[in-house]
Amino acid sequence: MTALLEARDLVRVYEISRGLWKKPTLVRAVDRVSLSLSAGETLGVVGESGSGKSTLGRMLLGIDPATEGQVVFDGQPMPAMGTTEWRRLRAQMQLVFQDPLAALDRRLSIAEQIGEPLVIHGLATKSEVKERVAELMSAVGLRSDQAGRYPHELSGGQRQRVIIARALATEPRLLVCDEPVSALDVSIQAQVVNLLRDLQEKHGIAMVFISHDLKVVRNITDRVAVMYLGRIVEEASSDVIFTHPQHPYTRALVSSVPVPGRKLEARIILQGEPPNPARRPAGCAFHPRCPVVLPSCRTSAPKLGAVGTGHIAACHLIAQSDAPLVA
Amino acid sequence: MTDLAGDNVVDAASPGLLRRIRSRMPLLVICGAGWLALMIFAAISTDLLRPYPVTKMDLSARLAVPGTPGHWLGTDELGRDVLSRLMESIRVSLVIAFGATVLSAVFGTTLGFLAARFRGIVEHLVLTLADFQAALPFMILSLSVLAFFGSSMTLLVLLMSFYGWERYARIARGLAISAGAQGYAAAVVQLGATPARVYLKHILPNVASTIIVSMTLTFPEIILMESGLSFLGLGVQPPDTSLGNMVGFGREYLTRAPWVMLAPAFVIMLTTLSISVVGDWLRDRLDPTVR
Amino acid sequence: MSYVYRSGHMLSFFLSRMLRAAITILLVMTFAFCVLRLSGDPAQILLGPDAPQDAIEAFRERWGLNDPIVVQYWAYLKSLWSLDFGVSMRDKSPALQLVLERIPTTLQLTIPALILKVGIGIPAGVYAALHRQSIADRGVIMMAVFGFTIPSFVVGLLLVLIFSVTLGWLPSGGQDTWMHGILPTLTMSIGGIGILARFSRSAMIEVLGQPYIRTASAKGMSWRDVVWKHALPNASVPIVTIVGFMIGSLIAGAVVVETIFSWPGVGRLLVVSVSNRDLAVVQCLLLVIAGTMVLANLAVDIMYGWLDPRLRSKSAAH
Repeated sequence: MTALLEARDLVRVYEISRGLWKKPTLVRAVDRVSLSLSAGETLGVVGESGSGKSTLGRMLLGIDPATEGQVVFDGQPMPAMGTTEWRRLRAQMQLVFQDPLAALDRRLSIAEQIGEPLVIHGLATKSEVKERVAELMSAVGLRSDQAGRYPHELSGGQRQRVIIARALATEPRLLVCDEPVSALDVSIQAQVVNLLRDLQEKHGIAMVFISHDLKVVRNITDRVAVMYLGRIVEEASSDVIFTHPQHPYTRALVSSVPVPGRKLEARIILQGEPPNPARRPAGCAFHPRCPVVLPSCRTSAPKLGAVGTGHIAACHLIAQSDAPLVA
Repeated sequence: MTDLAGDNVVDAASPGLLRRIRSRMPLLVICGAGWLALMIFAAISTDLLRPYPVTKMDLSARLAVPGTPGHWLGTDELGRDVLSRLMESIRVSLVIAFGATVLSAVFGTTLGFLAARFRGIVEHLVLTLADFQAALPFMILSLSVLAFFGSSMTLLVLLMSFYGWERYARIARGLAISAGAQGYAAAVVQLGATPARVYLKHILPNVASTIIVSMTLTFPEIILMESGLSFLGLGVQPPDTSLGNMVGFGREYLTRAPWVMLAPAFVIMLTTLSISVVGDWLRDRLDPTVR
Repeated sequence: MSYVYRSGHMLSFFLSRMLRAAITILLVMTFAFCVLRLSGDPAQILLGPDAPQDAIEAFRERWGLNDPIVVQYWAYLKSLWSLDFGVSMRDKSPALQLVLERIPTTLQLTIPALILKVGIGIPAGVYAALHRQSIADRGVIMMAVFGFTIPSFVVGLLLVLIFSVTLGWLPSGGQDTWMHGILPTLTMSIGGIGILARFSRSAMIEVLGQPYIRTASAKGMSWRDVVWKHALPNASVPIVTIVGFMIGSLIAGAVVVETIFSWPGVGRLLVVSVSNRDLAVVQCLLLVIAGTMVLANLAVDIMYGWLDPRLRSKSAAH
């Protein structure tokens, strides 16, 4: 199967101004990330805040320009932001936001906002739009009498449903969900995640699901990529990540996810400061917090290497062992 | 549902309406709104209602005292009826101020949006122009322009419509940037909307209430500015008349016929006062973020 | 106003403000040049419609009006740089000298008026803020509303009507004795007192609502100390802005009032030169007035940095 979406050596550098006469600091938010996604596949991207996962998501959609590297969608390189081709491509790829209230116009009814992509891309007549909006609303579990409501009149979960309905309006082939449930109550989170999974399966949409929370990702993704300070440190199928994590960072993340029937005794608590992209440590970026750090970790950065079939990780410890640890 | 709506309509039209307005508007605001309504009425109906033509001279009744039958507000040095001239002046002054306020809001908002859309050099240009506007007292600027281009009504309105544009530009730019940073505007861009759609359909309706609030602040200031210029003899020129220019001419007869100057002076005072009172009230209602 | 306080460096902050001020002045000069040169033929205006053609030609030649506009502009900038603001086309005396002569006369009115505004407006506003809902508070609000809404020519004429025409206590125009200065000074200060009182009042109310004020008084600090040591210094930032603006308009703020009271100051000179279309004098006035405004703004910005160290390090969203 050819990839729907391919990212090749993506780099995003931000300039942080420190003053009028000083040279700005350069921050590499995303550092040489490559990945690919087939049609209908779901990929989880997991990392702490500051890991560059949201920036990566925006770059995959072409909303944030790549400093180096390129994004290829459906065999074509991503057009420059703001061009007509770029705008036309929006019908194919959509974003689900972390904060649904901020992403909605508070002066338009939700029906109008759900139908807006159809109007923008000229995909339907007025009556068709109305029909399609009703369909979308019922698909995401909104009642038809809510059509005339305004965003502030809805609950957080309902607003996220509006965002999802709007994102699905043009029947996109790629959906990037940036922390879609982290702003919601825990009780609502599962509902929205299940909704996303059902819709994804039903329509065969390829999906990138970004979250800081491994357990949210678990139920919905085929594959998981773990990011630390702008780089992917491990990537494998969802089951393998949870059962056989290789990178010490992934292990720490996995150990903190409660699993029925398993005690949380083996939980690995990470020491040290959370990562700061403006001060990336030398060598392996994770070494100041790594429980099994080697001397070489302080000086040289490990490369991503195959650990098993469809399983890659970047750690000196793993590279040293001859036999793959995968069962 | 329909029944309820019907009830509401009936209720609104019933005598309870007055009481309801009273309970929502302080007395002062009602007076202000009443005065403004009277002014607008006078401005609209001046052609029908004014007792004499504006330039009709009655040399036998020069400087008649207010209360003289036929000339309820008296006459001026040429025997022209003060009430008739006052109504015409109200119209001219209000039209200039209204036109200028709208033009200034459109101009400033457009520049603010352009600055937010293109950033970089365009933004610097707009901000520098705004600084320039703040550095030069508007009165001085208008004086030089008017004097050297000669005074005409078109030029006066155009000139007045630069008054306060920089405030709208700053507000529009700030709100548009914050909406685009991570708000609803960024979301709509991401849906594939053209910049025109983003700005006209989404950002403009969202900033409109703030812009209208600023307009209620600018409107009385423009009235004052125009009447000041006309008072100095550099604004509205005879035979046209405006409130400021009536005060200016009435000044010469201050000792013998103070009413010629007092009548337009009080109209200016009460009008600007009413606009600020009503505007303040509207501001609290419309936009809780601007105080 | 949005200023950029990106770095903690006072020097770079100062330099960037200076640069902006310089650009503003250059813009004002360009504006003056454009308006005055594009507005008509000064030769025709000054010599009158009946002037013989050779007299007009001689005049144009002498004032460089026949050169291309770019050459005129460059010559104009060069002459400004050497403080040569041209010669009044009416009586041939240097424009700068004419303007400078008038400044003390204007300051005789505007400085006492400024003292009245600051001396009455700020204490009244602070008092009103400390005694909210009292009669004094309502009085201050009323006064402020009047200050905003009544044009100075109406105030001036009303004062003349009362004190000169009806009562006959004070002269209505001229500049002969100190008595002549009373009415214009009053006219100018009444509006300003109201504006300053309103700003001081709202600034104080805002500051008094802050948590640190409540903390200070909860710690047992006397109310007098709380007001003097915490509230007032913090409320001073917005007040300084307004006072700075008033200082900036010391020279230009009296156009209308000087006209009403026939006071031979800068404002009078402006109105007269404008009516006579005396290019050089108007240009010079524009630049002197804009220069004082820009300098006053610059001073206010520097005062800010001094009054409120937070502003220096804060990276205000540009």
